[in-house]
Amino acid sequence: MCLGIPGRIVAITHADRLMAMAEVSGVRREVNVAPVAGNDLEALVGQWALIHVGFAMALIDEEEAAKTLQALQDLGEAQETLEQMASSAEALA
Amino acid sequence: MALRDTHVTMAHGGGGRAMRDLIDEVFTSVFQPPGSEDQARLTGTALQEPGARLAFTTDSFVVTPLEFPGGDIGKLAVCGTVNDLAVGGARPLWLSAAFIIEEGCEIALLRRIVATMAAEADKAGVRIVTGDTKVVERGKADGVFITTAGVGVIPPGRDIGAARIRPGDVVIVNGVLGDHGAAILAARGDLALSTDLASDCAGLGHLMQAALAAAPGISAARDCTRGGLASALNEMAAEAGLAVEIQETALPLRPEVVGVCEILGLDPLYLANEGRLVLFCPEAEATAALAALRSLPEGRDSTVIGRASQGQAGRVTLRTAFGGARIVDMLVGEQLPRIC
Amino acid sequence: MKFASEFRDPVAARALLSAIARMADRIGASRDRPVHIMEICGGHTHSIFRYGLDKLIHDGIEFIHGPGCPVCVLPMARVDECVEIAERPGVIFTTFGDAMRVPGHRKSLMQAKSAGADIRMVYSPLDALELARRNPGREVVFFGLGFETTTPSTALSIQQAAREGLTNFSVFCNHITVPEPIRALLDDADMTLDGFIGPGHVSMVIGVHPYDFIARDYGKPLVVAGFEPTDLLQSVLMVLTQIAEGRAAIENQYARVVPEHGNPVSLAAIADVYERRPSFEWRGLGEIDASGLRIRAKYAAFDAEEKFGIGYAASSRNVPEIEGCCCGAVMTGKMKPPQCPQFGTGCSPEMPLGALMVSSEGACAAYWQYSGIRAAE
Repeated sequence: MCLGIPGRIVAITHADRLMAMAEVSGVRREVNVAPVAGNDLEALVGQWALIHVGFAMALIDEEEAAKTLQALQDLGEAQETLEQMASSAEALA
Repeated sequence: MALRDTHVTMAHGGGGRAMRDLIDEVFTSVFQPPGSEDQARLTGTALQEPGARLAFTTDSFVVTPLEFPGGDIGKLAVCGTVNDLAVGGARPLWLSAAFIIEEGCEIALLRRIVATMAAEADKAGVRIVTGDTKVVERGKADGVFITTAGVGVIPPGRDIGAARIRPGDVVIVNGVLGDHGAAILAARGDLALSTDLASDCAGLGHLMQAALAAAPGISAARDCTRGGLASALNEMAAEAGLAVEIQETALPLRPEVVGVCEILGLDPLYLANEGRLVLFCPEAEATAALAALRSLPEGRDSTVIGRASQGQAGRVTLRTAFGGARIVDMLVGEQLPRIC
Repeated sequence: MKFASEFRDPVAARALLSAIARMADRIGASRDRPVHIMEICGGHTHSIFRYGLDKLIHDGIEFIHGPGCPVCVLPMARVDECVEIAERPGVIFTTFGDAMRVPGHRKSLMQAKSAGADIRMVYSPLDALELARRNPGREVVFFGLGFETTTPSTALSIQQAAREGLTNFSVFCNHITVPEPIRALLDDADMTLDGFIGPGHVSMVIGVHPYDFIARDYGKPLVVAGFEPTDLLQSVLMVLTQIAEGRAAIENQYARVVPEHGNPVSLAAIADVYERRPSFEWRGLGEIDASGLRIRAKYAAFDAEEKFGIGYAASSRNVPEIEGCCCGAVMTGKMKPPQCPQFGTGCSPEMPLGALMVSSEGACAAYWQYSGIRAAE
């Protein structure tokens, strides 16, 4: 049961009820930020969170995201090298 | 002004003076149907051309909310029937409009709906020539339901339909998909989503005429209403006995529509449109068809999204961004928001 | 969409597919002797079909679609109980759209709605809470459904209702947990699984360690995965790499969302509001020990089981499932959907017999919808 999507917290709407406005691809929806609220609610504004059934369930770790993407890119480059090696091997054969 | 009430009562459906006042002031003064008989008597030179055929269609309209960003139920009722005529190759000419009104409906709202209908009819070059009203008790309808019927003329020699689609025909849509469905979902308010989306509702009569003039080889067209592009393509592929493949990367979608779909777990291919058509045309005429479509505002974002081919009859396939493929089937029931 | 589209990159996907193919060849996986990888979560099943990954991936990789679709494993008796609650006078019954079409013995919620029950689809338990605030004269019941991903949201909503002193809001709790059925699968003697793709959004809440036993006690690899296509492919590659290297570990591909130890606020809310039931019934799998949650006595005022005297007693569990339905065998990987004799004949999305055909996350519906397979093989 897992439909969750990244959204950006754009404003705190009801601090007492831990409610904030999140934006997903231009669509806004009020969400509860209890799972990700630290001491300073305002600090959430501008952060990306994983939204599930109206709750910000986790903050998205941008550094980890970048690491995953880097790994994908490295793999892509390695793949390219392999393919070049294969095609030059073919050419030599 | 004889009509003093602010809301419709059962008296407005009773056949007496109140009903007469409502009809005169709200409907006929705006639509100005020809003559005062209960029937429209139509003449037109288009009808007299040898080989010309009449096209006749009807559709009922219910929507919640009655007014939404980008239109209202009146605009839907005119554009929907105009489009049903247009995609069959007909030039839309005359409409009827029948209203089932719920007791308690605000008369100012009715006036706004009727004004939109008149304006849309004018834009589409059609006349609303006859109509009817009924009033039902509160709770027996949802504000107002509208049924329109439309008559148009298909010029001699024109014959388009799904059976004429040939392998190799390209598939064209006239703009971004799903705006209407997503805008209505957001406008209903029960999902608490807010967007700047507006319905794509538009009359497509002129657009279709322009496309047919530039690309007479157009084989078939459909408007992508309920069930979205996916349903229209499935119906057409089945009737043509051909397979259709569309490219995921070519599908025009607004980010907000993608957002609504991601949040609610919906597929934009099945979202309703009210101003979108899908047409098939031979590749040789695709450039001309696109140029003609793009020359009008309602076709500005027209684009090629796929192609018909021999293959399993009725099968619609989506080629994903990295070369995967999936079947785009008919929808079973309605599409429900989901969380898993 | 940031944090989504980057992970749908075709170039990266192709590189991953090639790397998977090399790794599969290295460990000798082939169409006749495939590596069986179970994606536990229905969301993953959906992504696999939506992006056509099953057709793109090396022949030697076979996805087994696991029991991680809460709608699919919901016992019919529970659907009957939902209908029973929804049909009571004064009740507004709220549910996620997913559950609307699941057949009960008498009817589905969709059918109950058309027969006059006030059943409303909501996107969030918060929306049910709002309905309760606006309708003080009505009893608003929320159908709490789902795994650990969703459990905190209902727990937090119940806590909020308690803070506000709402007296007309309750939850019909059917929350279930992921690790227990996985253990049940692994204990099955016929089990042929080689590794697992773990549900990323469950681990966003519970972290990665609740799965430690899978590697430690059963020697199987599990990789917690995100839901985008390159997430899934990368996770398959990580599972294969473990197999090739003769390792079994719990790894985290989805570190951008999943913290090692989960989310403390959510875990605290779950612990505060819920306790484990001794056992809970899973459609197709039977009773599984400690796999379901119920609302603690201190929140009894918000427990629909208490309010409506429904309870969860073994005596009411003896309602038989539909004869001939093979959902259980499909969910445990013993049977592919088209191998079920009912597939396409007795069971289709129009007339679903088993729950796997109802939910778009269900393996059978996915085969039907995305692969175009129409009849039993």
